[in-house]
This record gives sequence, structure tokens and C-alpha cells, in this order.
Amino acid sequence: MSKYLVNLKINNMPIAVEEGTTILEAARKLNFRIPTLCNHPDLTVAGNCRVCVVEVKGARLLAAACATPVSEGMEVSTNSEKVRVSRKHIVELLLSEHNADCTKCFKNGHCELQDLSSEYRIGDHVFMDLVAPETKIQDISSPSIVKDDSKCIRCQRCVRTCAELQGVSALAVVKKGDHQKISTFLNKPMHEVVCTNCGQCINRCPTGALTERNYIEEVWNAIYDPSKFVVVQTAPATRIALGEDLGIPVGQRVTGKMVSALKKLGFNKVLDTDFTADLTIMEEGTELLTRLKKALVDKDETVVLPMMTSCSPGWIKFQEHMYPELLGNLSTCKSPQQMFGAVAKTYYADKINIKAQDMTVVSIMPCVAKKFECERPEMRDSGYQDVDYVLTTRELAMMIKQAGIDFNKLDNEHYDSILGESTGAAVIFGATGGVMEAALRTAYEIVTGREVPFTNLNIKPVRGMDGIKEASIKIKNVKPEWAFLEGVDLNVAIAHGLANARLLMEKVKSGEASYHFIEIMGCPGGCLGGGGQPIPTSPEIRKKRAEAIYSEDEEMVIRKSHENPEVTEIYKHFLGEPLGHKSHDLLHTHYKPRKRY
Amino acid sequence: MENNLKKVDIIFEVDEKVSPISVLDKTLKRSPDEIILDLIDSGLKGRGGAGFPTGLKWKFARNEDGDTKYVICNADEGEPGTFKDREILDKVPEKIFVGIAICGYVVGAKEGYIYLRGEYNFLLKTLQKKLEIFNNELKQRNFDFNVYLKSGSGAYVCGEESALFESMEGKRGEPRNKPPYPTVAGYNSKPTVINNVETLVYTTMICHIGPEKFKALGTTDSRGSKVFSVSGDTPIPGIYELELGMPLHEFVNEFGDGDAKAIQVGGASGHCVPRKKFNDTIIGFEGIPTGGSMMIFNSTRSMYNVLHDYLEFFTEESCGQCTPCRVGCQQLLKGIEAVKRGERPPAYLEDLKKLTGTMKIAAKCGLGQSVGNPFNSIIDNFREEIIY
Repeated sequence: MSKYLVNLKINNMPIAVEEGTTILEAARKLNFRIPTLCNHPDLTVAGNCRVCVVEVKGARLLAAACATPVSEGMEVSTNSEKVRVSRKHIVELLLSEHNADCTKCFKNGHCELQDLSSEYRIGDHVFMDLVAPETKIQDISSPSIVKDDSKCIRCQRCVRTCAELQGVSALAVVKKGDHQKISTFLNKPMHEVVCTNCGQCINRCPTGALTERNYIEEVWNAIYDPSKFVVVQTAPATRIALGEDLGIPVGQRVTGKMVSALKKLGFNKVLDTDFTADLTIMEEGTELLTRLKKALVDKDETVVLPMMTSCSPGWIKFQEHMYPELLGNLSTCKSPQQMFGAVAKTYYADKINIKAQDMTVVSIMPCVAKKFECERPEMRDSGYQDVDYVLTTRELAMMIKQAGIDFNKLDNEHYDSILGESTGAAVIFGATGGVMEAALRTAYEIVTGREVPFTNLNIKPVRGMDGIKEASIKIKNVKPEWAFLEGVDLNVAIAHGLANARLLMEKVKSGEASYHFIEIMGCPGGCLGGGGQPIPTSPEIRKKRAEAIYSEDEEMVIRKSHENPEVTEIYKHFLGEPLGHKSHDLLHTHYKPRKRY
Repeated sequence: MENNLKKVDIIFEVDEKVSPISVLDKTLKRSPDEIILDLIDSGLKGRGGAGFPTGLKWKFARNEDGDTKYVICNADEGEPGTFKDREILDKVPEKIFVGIAICGYVVGAKEGYIYLRGEYNFLLKTLQKKLEIFNNELKQRNFDFNVYLKSGSGAYVCGEESALFESMEGKRGEPRNKPPYPTVAGYNSKPTVINNVETLVYTTMICHIGPEKFKALGTTDSRGSKVFSVSGDTPIPGIYELELGMPLHEFVNEFGDGDAKAIQVGGASGHCVPRKKFNDTIIGFEGIPTGGSMMIFNSTRSMYNVLHDYLEFFTEESCGQCTPCRVGCQQLLKGIEAVKRGERPPAYLEDLKKLTGTMKIAAKCGLGQSVGNPFNSIIDNFREEIIY
């Protein structure tokens, strides 16, 4: 059904827009930016900060532009005297309940409230300071997320993120009036609640109320500690987003520059998580085929299907809290980050003749849950904490700035070898559906001896930003040893964002769907939309990042994990075979049920 | 509480010969459009305080498409100084039930709800029993309609209609963005008529006595009568049904203790009228509209304390979601404290008055929008009491 056009005037300029359009959207079309704080393109409309109020001719009240649909003949002013006075008042009020110690804030220079305050030249604002001293004590209980109530302006973006995108609701609004705040269940510290550490709230917090726990100083100290050999690994999704924080447009890949910058920062070796992404495919692909064999041939009823991916630590903790009964479905494979740490402090340390205790492994991740993951007690299979520090893409950008490096002028450099070789299959781990695609490219070929039957290896049905994707691939003309898979329709499903994951888990639990393999990424869009990625985020930005990832894949010479020469090498000289004894010790893990409250 | 009614006796009138259910029987024989026309003709405006024409509200809801519609009786009587609905719920609940049922018939709803203030839970059992009898009566008449009770949890803001819907839906009681208005998308996002307790009783009574008798009372802008809750420095506190449009000085002569210096009309969120303005203030929509609360203060009262109490109340009862209300209320409260202590100059009161201007037009709901009413009227008329 086509929509009616509505005619209105904004600041005396006529415009016709579809019915249902908000004043905010209509104004944007006329190139009038109306300031917003509680509004976010990923979230439902709240209309609670009131910064976007505009004057509608004939109306008693100002209208919140974000929450008010246009109507025929409406005459809107976005900058009348009433609007200017009110908007300034509102920003002043927000500042009065905000700990405006900007120079000491981690978000200094990246704060929407600061921007507004600067825009409206609010210097000596008149109102009383309402920040209670006790709110200035930060919650630093979580290794991933720092919560600072004194910076909170109650826009509830985090609450909506946690509920709408993630279906977790670790954060909620409690109390009312002057006591209203954003809190956790029974006001418990962040590490004691169902928070999955996904960090999506951080991506959407307009101020410094929610930030990542930063480890920049620790990493600098390690780099400048002569007794430490510091190796750094970079996750697939970092290379397509880092530039955003360094003055480069969204969607531009900066892989070579990033490597160059890391070398300049002083890391002893710059290596690639992509390598262990390929390793993950070998292990996880084999695990899937083994589970299928046990189920279909051996009729082993203890085998749990569908198998679910385990790369995303936010998703893992979600599952441990919300569906502990489905933990058996999770692949036992560690995430690529943790496989890297375990391999670095054993195989690699040995190769380069460095003692594991002298090695510091730093990760650059699009993720804040990885900070929690590296501290899990299960992640010490090298005999030491396998990964020492995790930095977000954002923290890396800060380090590059701190080091005085002009990122734009850097040349492209290559990762060090070994543990620096990767494939297109590993790169696409950064996008929702990527692990599935990489796994299919390899598993299909193992079973049939032929490439997946998709043009140019691009398995389009598992790509894209639909919340839940399903696909079915018929396996035909298999090699003799895989005869039991002949004619089988391999059913797969993919979800990203934990709210979608929950929908999928309910389908699995009810038996409504019979999948063999499920990929889940905790964050919207997959790692490219991770909680550690540059801010802001939006569906548009994530789409551009995804395009960058797939173009990187297309440009790679090797695009299948099992063809990564360094992977072949490590099996030949160290691991033996996928799911072998050594793999079991270093590359696999287990999970623990957690309570919901 | 003793009934000491003055002038008008519509709401609490008990006519042994005409039971409320017989009014329903009589009304159901008429067409919904006729009933709406009568209501519009009567000039009845909402008695909760906002004063929206009741007939129009019903008409809007009737004109909405959709099989599921609701009628809700707002019995979340939370305005400080207002206690008339409690008396109506206690004394003549059947008249409310009938009003809800008539509304259901007019707009095409099958369910009605009474949202009862949490503090009125002591009425719950009795009301529940009476409702069962009433619902049975409807069943016997093959009238497909039921009235249910829902209990609030004590938040003032839940008297705001959209916050009330949120509360009924099991969510935090926070006002919604408007539009859409309740008649389009209210409870469960379905077309909903929400009326104050007293309004619904008047609709029953207008159906009984006809619009002519009703509109013979009051003035052109304020038809009919209204139930007032009279409290404060008065020898005769209580509930009184009075004609609308009366001059305030007549009210003071009747109810004051001879030393009244100010009347707070319309509860904490209403206006404070000082003695010098008693003569030219009309109680009604053309003057000062009211949900019925009349608080009388004599010369022994400190208007600073009165305002301070109100602001403490709003600071606590703001739902907290919108900036102008959540932070604005706190600033007004802390502001007058600072002026009283001499930490801010008296001129700071002007800054605060400007702030109420923003709250009035930029707050999300009536709560934040109306805090300026008591603030400005008390500051303007009793400035010296605030400063010194």
C-alpha cells in the first residue's frame, strides 16, 4: 500500500514527505539538523531527553521532533525563540545532573553532551550542581565495562539496547523522580549480573557513563618493559573499522596501515587472529562432521545437534546464563582469540625461542567481551594466562594518536610470519554469517572434494543483515569415507544480536526447527558491529563495514581456511590432526552454567 | 466521612425508585449517536482536571475501526488535596459501573476497567463484590460487557492516562509520547476511552436526567456541577458538590475560617490564589480549572513551606524519564532552598520562573508541564515569604 504524502513547512520551507515520517526525519531532508540525545537509529523512539523539541504553529506545547509524526499543513520552527530557550535550558539541566569533569573523562572529545554544550556555548550555567558524591564511584567490577552513574543523563539508550537488541535487560530503569537511575538487578555490581559484556550499551551511550575498561597503560608498560616480548594479534573486524576513529571514511579497509602502526607502536611481532580463525574452521568443521557421523552412522544418542559456534564470548556468556541446558550444543572450540593465545605461548614461543612467561599477548578486538574472555580460568592452557590484554579497536586508535603517528600517511605493511598468514575465509569471520560461510567452504570440500557450489565461493544466502538467516545445502557425490552424508540436506541457521539468538534458541528448544549447524554472533552485524568498534554505529555504518569485509575476502589469494599454508604447517609439526590430543589440550574448552540472578 | 453537600445533589443522590441499572436499561434502548449528542449538548467536560469534552472523546473512540476497544475509569486519585473519587467509589459505585457500561455500548468496547489507586486498596474487596453483581446483571441482559478492577502501586504519575496504560500493561508507569492519543491507541495500543470517576458518574446522570437539567447549572464555559474536596484551614472540611463558575470569594465566605490568605485551587499542580484576587477569580474553565481540590491556607501558614512541600512531592513523583521534569523539579526545589539560605540572590527566582516556562512547554506530560502553576503563583504572590 503506497503511503500518502503529507505537506508541511519547516522553517518556512515547504516539503512533502510520506505519512508517518517524524519531524526530525523531515527536517533532515531539508538539511536542518535537530539535536538529539536519546534518539538512536538502532532503537525504538523514547522522546525523553527533549533536546529535539521544536515549535509547531498553533500548538500549546513544543513537540519532540523524534517522536512526533508530521501532519498536513504543519508549520514547524526548529530554531524559534521558544525552542532556543527551551533547548538551552534542557542542555543546562542535563549538565547540572552530569559529572561534567570532562578533562578527566575517558570519553572527553567523544561525548554527545559535550558537543551540545559546546554548540550552545553553555559556559557558566546557572543551575545548581545535582551530582551526588556517592554516584562518582565507578563500578569497575566487570573486566569489560565501566559504569559511571555520575555521567549518566538517563537517556535510556543503554536500557533499550540491552532489552531490544540483546534481549538481556541487564540494565534497567529503577526508581523514579530524583532517585531514578539506570541500574542492575538489586543494584548488584556489573560482574554479578546477567550482563554478557557485549558492550553494545557502550556503543550507544552518548556520554561517559558506560565505557570499556581500558588497558592502554598496561599495554604501554608491557611494550616498554625490556623483559617482555610483546606480540599483538588483530581480529578480522578491526581492520575495516579502525580508520573511522582516525579520520578515514566508514567502510575503508586499513589492514596494511594498521599493521604498520602496530609495528611503530613497538610491538615485537604483529600477528593475525585470522590465522586462528582458519584454525577454528579446521577444528570446528571437523567437530561438526564428527558429530554428524556419530549421530547419523553410529546412532549415538548422546551427540548433541545442532552444533553452535563458540567464537563470540558475549554469546557464550548469554548461553551460560539463559540456556544452560543447551551448553552441550556449543562447539568446544575456543574462540580464535583464545586459540591464538594458547598457540602463541606454546608452539610460537618455542619456534622463536622465547619463554612463555616472558611473552605478553595483546589482542586488538572489536569487542569488549573478549576482555572478560581472556580472564576466564579456562583460558590458561599454556600454563599462563594465554591472552594478557585485550584492547578495543577504539583503544588502539587512541594509542596510535598518543604515539603521535599520522595514520593516514602510513605505508601498508605485512603481518609478521608465522601466525600472520590468513585467508578470505578468516576475514569474513568479522561479519554475521562469515563463520558459517568459512565453515561451509571447508567442510563441503572435505566431504565432496569439490568447492562449494556457489559462484566465486560467495555463499550469498548466509550473508546480509536479516536478524535470522536460514539456508539448506544439499550434499551430493561425496567421497567414499563420507558416504553417510550423501544426499543429506545440511540445514544451517545464523543469528546476530542476542535478541535474535534468543528467538533461534526458542525454536531449537521447541523442536520447531531441525538445524545441523548454527552460527551466533552476540552483536548486531557480527563482530563488525562489536561493542569495541568505533562509535557511532548504525545499520548504515554496519552495512558499509560488511561491504569492506567481503571486498577484502574477494581480494585474498587464498579464500579457504584449509588452504592456509601456516595451518597445514601447524598440524604437520605440532598439533597432529584436528580434534587430536594436542588440539584438545590447547584449542578446546568447556562452559559453565550461570544463574540468571 | 460525613456528607455535607451544598447546592447540588447529582453525584451522590440516591433515588430509591430509579436504580443505576435502570438508567442503563433505559439508555441501551437509545442509539449510541443519540447518547453522544446528548453528552456534547450537556457541555460535560472531564472532571479529572484537564477538561476535555466527554462527548467528543467518546465520539472519537466510536469512530475508530477495530474490534477491540476499552473503557477505563481513572480512579488513580493522587492529586494532593483531592479525595472526592474515594467517596464516590465508596458511596455510589454502581453509578460508575453504569457510566463505564454506557461508554462501552457507545464506543463498541467489551471490556471496562477501573484502575484503582494503590492507596485505595481497602475499597478493593467491596468493589469486587459489587462488580460481580453488576457483571451478572449485564450477563442477564445479554449485554456483552464486563468491568474489571486493576490496582495501582502508588505512583502519582500513573494518574496520567498513558502512564496508567503502561502500568496496566505491567510496565513502568511512564507517560507515552503523544500522538497517538488514547482514543486511537490506548491500553494495549487499542482505542480507549479513559475518564475520571466523577465524569463517568455525570455521564450516567446525564443519561438519567437529560442534558437540559445538567447544563442549566454552571456557566457557558463550565456547564454543570462538580465535586470539590475542601481541606486545610476550614471549620468544615469535606466533600461538596457545587455549581461551577462560582466566584472564589463566595467559596471562601462559605468555607474559610475568616483568616484565609490563599486558596490552592486544583491541588499541588494547580494555582495558588492570594486573598487580593479572591474577588475576581472564577472557579471553572474560564477562570481557574480544577480537578476538585480546594486547599485553604490561613495567615499562620508559611507559603515557603507550602511550596517546598509541593516541590518535594513533584521531585519524588516525577517518573524521571524526561529532562525538564526530572531535573527541573530538583532545580526548583534546591533553588528556593538556596535563596532561602541566602546562597543565591532573590533574582535567582526569576531564572527559576523562566525554567518553569520551559517545563510548561517541553516536559513530556502534564506533571512536568504543571509544576510551574504552583511555583509561579506562590512566588509571584508571596515572594517575601520565599526570600526571608
